[in-house]
Amino acid sequence: MAKGIEIRTSPHLKKVLTVDQIMRSVVLALLPVSAFAVYQFGLSVLLLLITTTVVAVATEWLFARLSGRGNTVADWSAVITGLLLGLTLPPGFPLWMAAVAAFVGIALGKALFGGLGYNVMNPALVGRAFVQAAFPVAITTWTPAFAPERFSELIPSTLTLPFMQPVPIDDWVAGLGLDAWSGATPLALQKFQQIELPLGEVFSGTIAGSAGETSAILILVCGLWLAWRRMLDWRIPVAVMAGAALTALPFWLLDPALYPSPWFVLCSGGLMLGAWFMASDMVASPVTARGAIIYGLFIGVLTVIIRLFGGLVEGVMYAILLANALGPLISGWTQPRVYGAGSRPKA
Amino acid sequence: MALFSIFPRRKTFDHGIYPVEHKELTADKPIRRLPFAPELVIPLEQHKGKPAIPTVRVGQEVVRGEPIAEADGHVSVPMHAPATGVISDIALAPTAAGPKALAIYLKVYQAASQRVLFGLERDLATLSREALVAAVQQAGLVGLGGAAFPSHVKLMPPAGRTIETVLVNGCECEPYLTCDHRIMLEQTESLVRGIELVLRATGAERAIIGVEDNKLDAVEHLRRQLPAHLPITAEAVRTKYPQGAERMLITSLTGREVPIGGLPADVGVAVYNVGTLAQMGELLPKGQGLIERVVTVSGPGVERPGNFMVPVGTPVRFLLEQVGLKDSYGEVILGGPMMGMAVASLDVAVTKAVSGVVVLEREDLDLAERKVYPCIKCGACVEACPISLNPSVLGELAQVREYAAMAEHYHLDQCFECGCCAYVCPSNIPLTQYFRIAKAINREDK
Ligand code: SF4
Ligand code: SF4
Repeated sequence: MAKGIEIRTSPHLKKVLTVDQIMRSVVLALLPVSAFAVYQFGLSVLLLLITTTVVAVATEWLFARLSGRGNTVADWSAVITGLLLGLTLPPGFPLWMAAVAAFVGIALGKALFGGLGYNVMNPALVGRAFVQAAFPVAITTWTPAFAPERFSELIPSTLTLPFMQPVPIDDWVAGLGLDAWSGATPLALQKFQQIELPLGEVFSGTIAGSAGETSAILILVCGLWLAWRRMLDWRIPVAVMAGAALTALPFWLLDPALYPSPWFVLCSGGLMLGAWFMASDMVASPVTARGAIIYGLFIGVLTVIIRLFGGLVEGVMYAILLANALGPLISGWTQPRVYGAGSRPKA
Repeated sequence: MALFSIFPRRKTFDHGIYPVEHKELTADKPIRRLPFAPELVIPLEQHKGKPAIPTVRVGQEVVRGEPIAEADGHVSVPMHAPATGVISDIALAPTAAGPKALAIYLKVYQAASQRVLFGLERDLATLSREALVAAVQQAGLVGLGGAAFPSHVKLMPPAGRTIETVLVNGCECEPYLTCDHRIMLEQTESLVRGIELVLRATGAERAIIGVEDNKLDAVEHLRRQLPAHLPITAEAVRTKYPQGAERMLITSLTGREVPIGGLPADVGVAVYNVGTLAQMGELLPKGQGLIERVVTVSGPGVERPGNFMVPVGTPVRFLLEQVGLKDSYGEVILGGPMMGMAVASLDVAVTKAVSGVVVLEREDLDLAERKVYPCIKCGACVEACPISLNPSVLGELAQVREYAAMAEHYHLDQCFECGCCAYVCPSNIPLTQYFRIAKAINREDK
């Protein structure tokens, strides 16, 4: 060991918490959610998650090389983007489309802005928004959870050839012999047919939906673990949930037959995943504590408004993207009051 | 934060951080004396303001406690010989800050008794306020907490301001340091006398000793020792860095905020460090000058950490030889590890401002030497800054050298380089250093 005196500038101590540690923890927190999604939907989702993650990391590597930023793969943020993206897609989503989503998410959503820390929006959602527009049918084609053969056969649409549209899967679904299958998510059932599925099912995830959006309880637990370890700002998910529940409440009180209950709003669709893992993305959310609350409330309120009154079934994604865009503005409005700014000398 | 204020809790300020304290290394180590170093190096500028002017010649013999340099104007203090010996040189010496500065070299007579014979005993009760202020200056007293601001200047608030409350700073929020803790336990009588003198000199109504609640033994000890006839109380405040910063302590104890660009006197307060007042209470009745101070020598790089009464001018090398310096040492810090300065050479001397010598090992530093990532806008720095600045934005502006904008729009001048933001930043951005540089450049551009 070389000897000699060292000179550093103060502070000479440093908290042992770094970006890669935070990112690794988020990946760790996403693993149970991913595992449950695979258990629910089988091999197709496993391939889907692997595809989005590998493509996201490869894209990150490529752009870091092109722009000479060095190896940015080691910060794990691309893995998060890949996993999150995979979890927001329908289980039988064609893999080639998933690869496009991952590439677009990292390339347009992140690399274009200058990489980690400079992106305005959540890259996973940018990717998802792109394929939502590009492949509107595939992204709303749902398959039932717990199909009997899910670990031995793929959902037919998974292996669609690149640049081909997926085969319709109605026959395959019919072959599974599930009576009540309507091909709709709980959100759609509620919205268009006013059928509210039992809360227990929605909460524990034994229902149709995107790969990882379906078990509210699991997402909640994993998110709480991260918040407890101070790896995410608890204010954001709490504000999102509060905003959503409070917006849904008056409508439900007015007409419980037509409008969903606040509990249903919280547990269905991508709200949990969005609140805990996407809205809380540090880079794209405000830096101030008050800003975080305003941002979270905004997302919650907007999500419910889109769900109830928009043409779309699910609003979380657009609500978060819009809030991301407003993030810097919200930060600007909510600058903390500098010490001594309001104080006057006493005579 | 307001959410929690319904629950009873210790007084504190907003934001701040909780670094590992490491105080157990020395907290129960009583203050000891060490042998005299063979040669002392006494810089003429150990305080804020103008350097002192030497009044001795090379070759002149001096006795311990004798004045060797006089104050240059009001914001300046004299120096006294920390030991009996002979002036061997008046020349440039290395300083902690870097550039060399003029210092008096004193060869110590090891055989001399080293009793302080020099002094002017007096009855303080008969002194006027003005005479008290003059006596404090003559004693060479400066803020021993690290600020080194001449103590007598703070006794005279600017015209139109009065001091109602004297705050006595016993927080000692820097990790590793325990010298103030020991002073409160061991030099209580001198401390109380010092507080009494400051109350008289300022005309303040009351004094509050603020102590972090990791030193509740000191709070209890003080409460038992404080005489009932004096308006002095001891209060525990939350252990949180930088609780001992002047502005933070004022807010914790009085609930007031010093206005931007203002002085503590603007809110009717003067703040003194416990070490300063203990020395004041000790020296003033005897009419002696400040020649030594309590220093915590600690850190993983030190064999036998402890608290020591160290003569001003003792070279750091000598001090570390006495306590044993491990081979694995990496950085030697004067002051605490959050705001202290790493020395480039062990020949730097302990001055009046040095409250601690903390030695970190190379391993600790390698841990800190981590990859710098871009700002991920996590907000940790915003949550940490005790002044409620936005270090995230300031850091980005610093990277593109928008120094003027930092001062104009983001209150850069209010940053006192406490280090909280850089401490918490997961991207390892050297925020505090950025701000130090930005402030220096802005000063030059003025
Ligand atoms: S160093 Fe300056 S900006 Fe950073 S926390 Fe301290 S006062 Fe705030
Ligand atoms: S702590 Fe560091 S990474 Fe987080 S917002 Fe502040 S500067 Fe950015």
